[in-house]
Amino acid sequence: MMGFLLRRIVYMIPTLFLVSIVTFIIIQLPPGDYLDTLAADLGEAGVEDTGVMDALREQYGLGQPIYVQYFKWMRGILLYGDFGLSFEKNRPVTDLIWDRLGWTFAISLLTLLFIWFTALPIGIYSAVRKYSVGDYVATFFGFIGLAIPNFLLALVMMYIAFKYFGQSVGGLVSPEYLDAPWTFDKFVNLLQHIWMPIVVVGTSGAAALIRIMRANLLDELYRPYVVTARAKGMSEFQLLLRYPVRVALNPFISTIGWILPTLVSGEIIVAVVMNLPTTGPLLLRALLVQDMYLAGSLILIVSMLTVVGTLISDILLALVDPRIRYQ
Amino acid sequence: MTETRTASDAATDEFDDTVRILGPWALVWRKFRRHRLAMWSGVVVILIYLIAAFGEFLAPVQIHETSVRNTFQPPQRIYLFVDGEDGTRRFQIHARGVKMELDRVALRRTFVEDESKIVPLGFFVRGYEYKLLGLIPMNVHLFGPTNPRETVYLLGADRLGRDVLSRIILGTRVSMSIGLVGVAVSLVIGVLLGGLSGYYGGWIDGLIQRFIEFIRSVPTIPLWMGLAAAIPLDWPPLQTYFVVTVIVSMIGWTSLAREVRGKFLSLRNEDYIVAARLDGLSDGEVIRKHMVPAFMSHIIASLTLAVPLMILAETSLSFLGIGLQPPQVSWGTLLKEAQNIRSIIEAPWLLIAPGTMIVVAVLTLNFLGDGLRDAADPHAQ
Repeated sequence: MMGFLLRRIVYMIPTLFLVSIVTFIIIQLPPGDYLDTLAADLGEAGVEDTGVMDALREQYGLGQPIYVQYFKWMRGILLYGDFGLSFEKNRPVTDLIWDRLGWTFAISLLTLLFIWFTALPIGIYSAVRKYSVGDYVATFFGFIGLAIPNFLLALVMMYIAFKYFGQSVGGLVSPEYLDAPWTFDKFVNLLQHIWMPIVVVGTSGAAALIRIMRANLLDELYRPYVVTARAKGMSEFQLLLRYPVRVALNPFISTIGWILPTLVSGEIIVAVVMNLPTTGPLLLRALLVQDMYLAGSLILIVSMLTVVGTLISDILLALVDPRIRYQ
Repeated sequence: MTETRTASDAATDEFDDTVRILGPWALVWRKFRRHRLAMWSGVVVILIYLIAAFGEFLAPVQIHETSVRNTFQPPQRIYLFVDGEDGTRRFQIHARGVKMELDRVALRRTFVEDESKIVPLGFFVRGYEYKLLGLIPMNVHLFGPTNPRETVYLLGADRLGRDVLSRIILGTRVSMSIGLVGVAVSLVIGVLLGGLSGYYGGWIDGLIQRFIEFIRSVPTIPLWMGLAAAIPLDWPPLQTYFVVTVIVSMIGWTSLAREVRGKFLSLRNEDYIVAARLDGLSDGEVIRKHMVPAFMSHIIASLTLAVPLMILAETSLSFLGIGLQPPQVSWGTLLKEAQNIRSIIEAPWLLIAPGTMIVVAVLTLNFLGDGLRDAADPHAQ
């Protein structure tokens, strides 16, 4: 077990290193940098403040070779926890991002729970009552869920919520609660809003898991050990949960590795559409105006947290299920 | 060949009428045909690609033609009969003229049908000039107003008064072809890396597998967003299109590479492969002649399943405004018009029409791919 743990953690280090390099290359791709834009703006306004400009250039190594810039950025992060400066907002990146990252991961994790709590019972039902009306309904919605892109589903849900339920859409709380301190009312209001992004982000994942669960359980349901247990007089419900479902659970375990990255990805797109206070809109804006340290830090932290989250889930599952250690 | 006849050959001869030896493709086809849903989905997919190919012929209005008078005009109904003055009815497909009225209280414009004015519609009517398949100059369109000076908005108009139907039809070409081209790119990368990985094993395998794991372990959307945002806005459309395609194809190849690798690993030690190698065939020949045919059908099935993923990726990026840029028409850029709740409330057809096309395309491609995969699997029931 310790060996497994160690191996996983050691594997993680090059991954994180690679993530940081790829991120940095991506944010360096657009020609020019934000300081060019800034200099142009200031030049138009007739301000010649070369001192500040030079200080910024020096601090971040702008204009120097890319590996120097990378090194300076990384040193700031590793030694001082300094992710650089958001040029557009003229504030340190760390001031801007943690709240939003928190919401992104809160929503992604809640979505994960949502997926498991819907896909598991529906998948089991679909397999046990094969070709029943309920099975067809589940299959139908499963396919629809896979076929609708996240952002489209978000738009449709917002339209329905607005048109037929008169709910204010967009954001995680109603406008009047935006700056209010946390109270019970605000919490209730949050719950009224947060279910929508969770359902939107989770639908396609749930649809995929329902199909996998159904197929796997169908493979198990007619095995001799099930017949034996039934012949021994076990109640049908207990039998089902105790043996075939446990075997068929494997996909839930093996999918956890890829499901978190897709959820985070989905959340980012949906957040842009629904205007949630998460990383999505901030990242999009930062990318569009070439606010490179803000964009880079967001991509980097989101990726790192995802990798770490996947690692934690892997370890937890290795504790629960000895089979996966040898895979 | 007569001297090499075996007992089983002779046995087949005896039952010649009842047993035919089918090649692997014929077997796949026979299984696939039994899969109703997949068959029909295949037909729909072919239709969609035909729409993509013959877009200008099908689109009644030029896609960049704007009209201030028709901004946000709702879809027009089609009527089949005209009531004559003497009470007779005659068959004439037509739409009614539309009058714009200004509601001074609500401060908004409404469109009202003008029953007295009919706009006759017909098949194979003359319209704007175009080149069919980019080659044959034509001005005939499948369906539209018989008078070329009139326009009918069957799926409504957008905020610049452009015809949504025509734009969806021509957007099909971009969206569907990105799926195909992207799949072709990921096929090359996937088969190459997956093949290398599975055929040679060892440290090459380890390296490529770690790389694939890396790609799968990070959330891809932020990375694509970064890549797509790096495309300069002043690039020519074709170049943007190509880069977006490459970005989109980054997702598809990992699963394909894994599948190819798995197949290579399991085939590598099969007797017939070992025999071929002992016969002195080069690696390339063994792969091309003996291994690729063995998993070709699987690859086709997974390619079909990868196309919808790419279509979704393209629409998502274009929707966010960092994929294809507006003068280009794709389903994603069309949905960008319906980005905020206000325009959706005001003009729901901007959301419904392109959205339906995406869902239909993705759904049928999924069904088709599922059917192909089942048909390609010799062990499936």
